[in-house]
Amino acid sequence: MQVVAGGWQFFTPQEAALVEAIVDRIIPADDLSMGGKEAGCAVYIDRQLMGAFGTSSRLYTQGPFLPALPTQGYQGEANPAQRYRVGLAAIDAFLKQRDGKTFAELQPADQDAFLTAMEAGKVELPNGVKGPGFFGLLLQNTMEGFFADPVYGGNKDMVSWRMLGFPGARYDYRDHVSKHNQPYPRPPVSIEGSPEWLGKRS
Amino acid sequence: MTTILPRKDVVIVGLGWTGAILAHELTDQGLDVLAIERGPWRDTATDFNIGYAQDELRYSIRRDLFLQPAVETMTMRNDPSQTALPMRDFGSFLPGNGVGGAGVHWNGHTWRFWDSDFQTKTNLTKRYGAARIADLQVEDWGVTGAEMEPYYDQFEYLAGISGKAGNIKGKLQEGGNPFEDPRARDYPNPPMEMTYAPTLFANVGRSMGLHPFPTPSANMSRAYVNPLGITMGQCTYCGFCERFGCANYSKSSAQTTILPVLMKKANFEVRTDSEVLHVDLAAGGKSARGVTYVDTSGQEFFQPADLVLLCAYGLHNARLMMLSGIGKIYDPNTGEGTVGRNYCYQTNAGVQVFFDDKNFNPFIAAGALGQTIDDFNGDAFDHGALDFVGGAGINCIPTNGRPIGTRPTLPGTPKWGSAWKKATVEGYKSTLGYSSQGSSYATRTNYLDLDPTYKDRFGRPLMRMTFDFPDNDIRMSNYLCDRMEDIAKAFGGKQYSVGRRKKGWDSVPYQSTHNTGGAIMGTDPKRSAVNTFLQSWDVPNVFVIGASAFPQNAGKNPTGTVGALAFRAADAIRNQYLRNPGAPLVRA
Repeated sequence: MQVVAGGWQFFTPQEAALVEAIVDRIIPADDLSMGGKEAGCAVYIDRQLMGAFGTSSRLYTQGPFLPALPTQGYQGEANPAQRYRVGLAAIDAFLKQRDGKTFAELQPADQDAFLTAMEAGKVELPNGVKGPGFFGLLLQNTMEGFFADPVYGGNKDMVSWRMLGFPGARYDYRDHVSKHNQPYPRPPVSIEGSPEWLGKRS
Repeated sequence: MTTILPRKDVVIVGLGWTGAILAHELTDQGLDVLAIERGPWRDTATDFNIGYAQDELRYSIRRDLFLQPAVETMTMRNDPSQTALPMRDFGSFLPGNGVGGAGVHWNGHTWRFWDSDFQTKTNLTKRYGAARIADLQVEDWGVTGAEMEPYYDQFEYLAGISGKAGNIKGKLQEGGNPFEDPRARDYPNPPMEMTYAPTLFANVGRSMGLHPFPTPSANMSRAYVNPLGITMGQCTYCGFCERFGCANYSKSSAQTTILPVLMKKANFEVRTDSEVLHVDLAAGGKSARGVTYVDTSGQEFFQPADLVLLCAYGLHNARLMMLSGIGKIYDPNTGEGTVGRNYCYQTNAGVQVFFDDKNFNPFIAAGALGQTIDDFNGDAFDHGALDFVGGAGINCIPTNGRPIGTRPTLPGTPKWGSAWKKATVEGYKSTLGYSSQGSSYATRTNYLDLDPTYKDRFGRPLMRMTFDFPDNDIRMSNYLCDRMEDIAKAFGGKQYSVGRRKKGWDSVPYQSTHNTGGAIMGTDPKRSAVNTFLQSWDVPNVFVIGASAFPQNAGKNPTGTVGALAFRAADAIRNQYLRNPGAPLVRA
């Protein structure tokens, strides 16, 4: 069972293509798991940006916004939704000017090279976008989507939990506490249940 | 327009652990008690439901149960020369919110501080000389370990702590903590069943001549009926403890140990979603008339009361005193003023040991399930030849395997890509971690006051936190890291890494919600805000109850001591204060 995306809520089609390409490099498909795109990481981010996370509605957002010490945390005025909108546009604007292509049109090795440079602060993105800060946000949200309960749109079929051997929402391990160093035998369950129980494993 | 409400005997600000304990004790005394709670009503079946309680994103990452910074945050800086800026999101520590407070989503490590912790200044001066602590601002608490023992006992039995005594009436007990002070009797419940990692840690510790013992835990090792007649269930080792409510009634909290009895009492009422703005003082400022609070519609109320108990989170107790004009705000330049003085924290560091051939099943866990080594905690060891005071418990308490937050990998692993994924899978089940939870000793320039710039949603100043790890505490933590490295070598894993504590306290990564001080207890009104019964020196019908009272923090989790201090304050109110209400219990 899986929550099926019913269309993008926050991203434009261009933004969605870019984010899907990025999450597929952050979590590439290989012999350990499907890639971030198929796992639903972009869908997850899309939904998060429409909610309290995207708008920082739970955070302290009063000014003044002053230059910060590293120990004082994020002090920018923009919320995550605004950072994505500006940051994604900056990535493709930069690449179109440099390579004549969008990120999604690059070869995987070139995509990785660009993300590595962005993470390290070695590309000058337009509109004042700070590469390491925006990459950190993308990385954080991609991992959240990959490892969170599938009810949030990512972690399709509990793919990351199966990969790690995390049993998810089981909530009772009394029968295995003393079985030291022995693999836990049961597959994961989500808050929404288990495909094995429902006979709907895709 | 402020609505004036009918008078109450007692008004309690905040209904967490301390508010619930005081409410229960004072309603038993026959008083009419009202608790005012800023956050919502919360209970197990409705809010910590077993169908969705295990949602890591919602509760651990988005922190659904915690105080939201939009409601109240504070500003921070590392030293008084810097400009403090608001913590726009909480990170290093996460204050609670709502009925049950942070006691809803704690892990449950339940310690007793030692007599040497309470007599910090006297003990350290006698043992090592005054020069050793010259750059610290340590104080005595004004109580002894023996005086605190019955109140610790009361809290441990209320909360059903699972553990093994190390010292009953002076007689050492095999398998317990040999460094603890004498206790009257054993814990109410036996230790929890051990998982693999702490079992291995204890074996290695013992082989080195150290003294591991089961961490005292507020997660139930078996079903338990507490002295109030409330039944708790056995912990299921689910691995969703800290940051989560417990769906099994297995973790002690106000909800699982007090509220089922308290809420039935005719002389108790709680008003939720209502924020106390300040305590109202009578002309002259020597007594409180009640409190002013605002509800979610913005309606303001004045609640008159004979006795006001500040039972909010310790930091919020200190801020409420500042906003109410109770006592004088501490000034680090002159050393005058007591409110905001001796803010302390916790000085932690950690070690990871990586194996190829072990499966720790990290998701089989509980918040306080593990083993502790106290050989290098507090003053359990001789500091004569060392260059610091204080110490740390070394804890192997693997609390969870929740994968958004817990993915240990070898040092140098990339943060993304196929190499990251491979290392993540390899490290997930085969990594063992333990950490030092170190003391935090006060200095002149670590303190709390009001911020000159940033305001809360009602336009009142935020509290300003000025803090960095003192040099003494960094030296302590480094010594503990060396000891932890000795243990890491003895494990024989393929590799280990040590995360040392550095100066420049960073407000972003989570470290500990053990913020102490700001309204400290003591025997001298010039150096403490409350007396040893937690009664304000300045406004005697106000008591300030919580970790705000700690003059400095020990290398242990604070809740056990907070609970004991709450029971001690309740005892003093019931058996001394009410005979002569409004009078100081201690003459300055």
